[in-house]
Amino acid sequence: MTDHPEHPDRPRHPGWSEEDVQRQVTELQEKSETAARLFDIRRIIGGLFVVYGVIVTIAGITDDDAAIDKAEGVNINLWTGLGMLLLGLFFLAWLKLRPAAPAPPPVEPGDEPSE
Amino acid sequence: METPTYHPIYLAAELRLPTNWLDYTLLGIYFVVVLGIGFAARRSVKTSLDFFLSGRSLPAWVTGLAFISANLAATEILGMAANSAQYGAYTVHWYWIGAIPAMVFLGLVMMPFYYGSKVRSVPEFLLLRFDRAAHLLSSILFAFAAILIAGVNLYALAIVVEALLGWPQWVAIVVAGFFVLAYITLGGLSSAIYNEVLQFFVILAALIPITVLALKKVGGWDGLSDTLTKAHGDDFVTAWGGTGIGDANPLGANWLTIVLGLGFVLSFGYWTTNFAEVQRALSAKNLSAAQRTPLIAAFPKIFIVFLVMIPGLAAAALVPGFGTEESGYQYNDAIPFLMEGLLPNGVLGVAVTGLLAAFMAGMAANVSSFNTVFTTDIWQKYVVKDREDTYYVRFGRLITAVGVMASIGTAFLASSFSNIMSYLQTLFSFFNVPMFVVFIIGMFWKRASMKSGFWGLLAGTTAAMVNYFVLYKQDIISIPTDQGANFVSAIAGFVAGAVVMVAVSLFTAPKPAHELQGLVYGTRSPGMSEPPAEGDDAWYRKPALLGWGAVILAAVCYIPFSF
Repeated sequence: MTDHPEHPDRPRHPGWSEEDVQRQVTELQEKSETAARLFDIRRIIGGLFVVYGVIVTIAGITDDDAAIDKAEGVNINLWTGLGMLLLGLFFLAWLKLRPAAPAPPPVEPGDEPSE
Repeated sequence: METPTYHPIYLAAELRLPTNWLDYTLLGIYFVVVLGIGFAARRSVKTSLDFFLSGRSLPAWVTGLAFISANLAATEILGMAANSAQYGAYTVHWYWIGAIPAMVFLGLVMMPFYYGSKVRSVPEFLLLRFDRAAHLLSSILFAFAAILIAGVNLYALAIVVEALLGWPQWVAIVVAGFFVLAYITLGGLSSAIYNEVLQFFVILAALIPITVLALKKVGGWDGLSDTLTKAHGDDFVTAWGGTGIGDANPLGANWLTIVLGLGFVLSFGYWTTNFAEVQRALSAKNLSAAQRTPLIAAFPKIFIVFLVMIPGLAAAALVPGFGTEESGYQYNDAIPFLMEGLLPNGVLGVAVTGLLAAFMAGMAANVSSFNTVFTTDIWQKYVVKDREDTYYVRFGRLITAVGVMASIGTAFLASSFSNIMSYLQTLFSFFNVPMFVVFIIGMFWKRASMKSGFWGLLAGTTAAMVNYFVLYKQDIISIPTDQGANFVSAIAGFVAGAVVMVAVSLFTAPKPAHELQGLVYGTRSPGMSEPPAEGDDAWYRKPALLGWGAVILAAVCYIPFSF
């Protein structure tokens, strides 16, 4: 793209070109704060599911026969509660074991497992 | 812009759920967390890029799950369960052929151009590749469609909440609208995406118990398929039975229209050019993460079909004639019917939360893509140009509020004129198809001229609408069902758009070659040559492996449903 002729006096928006967009986005990306200041969602997922897991597990332990009969004889609160608790603990453990490295902008470390 | 299903959402009034304080506690906790994410994300918003695109900094698993969540709106969950209760196992087509190939194509083929060219939106890509006419047309149509769909989601939520919880419709509309407004205005796209990731897990926690219990109640898969085969015939639990050309089947489509209309045109149009989806990938932190966004999303997508199809089939097996007049249930009642009958308090609260979360996310995905297109594509480029960046952040927040208010208005309109709404929804769904034509030709044929984009969009949209609203609705051509007509209209729009683009290109000037760098297949822009980040060369992060893995897995899933 360096062979593109320079027009210092051309109006700024004669039809945007890729250079305009790239320049603008690159500038904004350098000033962006998301990478440095956004919290880690794993903490929220972990927290919510631990709380949900505990509440629903307790509901399962204290469920009467009517609740269990309704669910085809399965103590569904207990099993769902335990499942949610495990998911929550998984996210908290993942956060603990692989914390997001503080990101020096603009280059990002790629050290988080993707799944 | 859903993959079209068009069941207007109505629920039977007797489905009032036996919720108690425990269920409302779980729901309340969720709403608090939703707002908390908004407040906590607020401090990360400094530039307009932070607000509209999360500063292009999110990891792939986050954008990938948000990508699937943005699609997993409640209209999709209830609609696909309804689809299964009505048509049977044909529903798998919307997932395995109607989603996976397009998602993989987006990740492997198109994403280098989207992400590498550093565009902030899908219309912005059209501006670079074609001209301002194509850009403005697509921006305005997208903005209208996004508000419309947000409003339809809100209205659907109000109907479901009224039926299940007994809240008046206006309370549900205002409350849900307020929460979406609050968290997007505060935290921008980051807040929308984080909420979508959270919502993904809440929806799974809601659907898995329903599916397991429903399956137990009908006697496992064998019991389910025996009952359904007796009641609806052999084809009901197969994917391809009765889809030969000339055969009659309830879907009203044969294998060719399924593969071309749904699998190719409709699905590629929706997944690869709908900005509410693509925006999630554009917020990823590098090209590799952007490519992996739809690929990571593809794996849950392959299996989610079981969580909506099995409840739908189970409802059809449990209540003879489910969905018809005499049963007292609508097809859309499938999941609420099972929630009412099977879930005790506790899990019931989780399920209600999941359903509400899904409605709100469906709305939020549209609002957060609307504010981006309206601000960066319409306002910043044609109305108030060259202001400082903080102005556009303020404007983005303002237009978010305006957008939510407009969707609330749309939702109230929908409650009085619901036929008009489903008409409009159909109308806008035809806009995705020519978008895809324009993209695919624009990306692969560098001779496609500057003017061809606009005319291709216009011609394709018109052709699809004429086919649907004139030829099909006026009975000039005979197609048995709306679904079948959708597929055929999509094919017509695709062909018309392609023909017009080629014709216009032959008579008008091509875009200068130096302006096509990084926009057309075979060229590269500087943004594409960034080195892979550390760790991205691990084998399980290779886009090609993930993509082909998903395609093969989807094909394997077809096997048990094909014989």
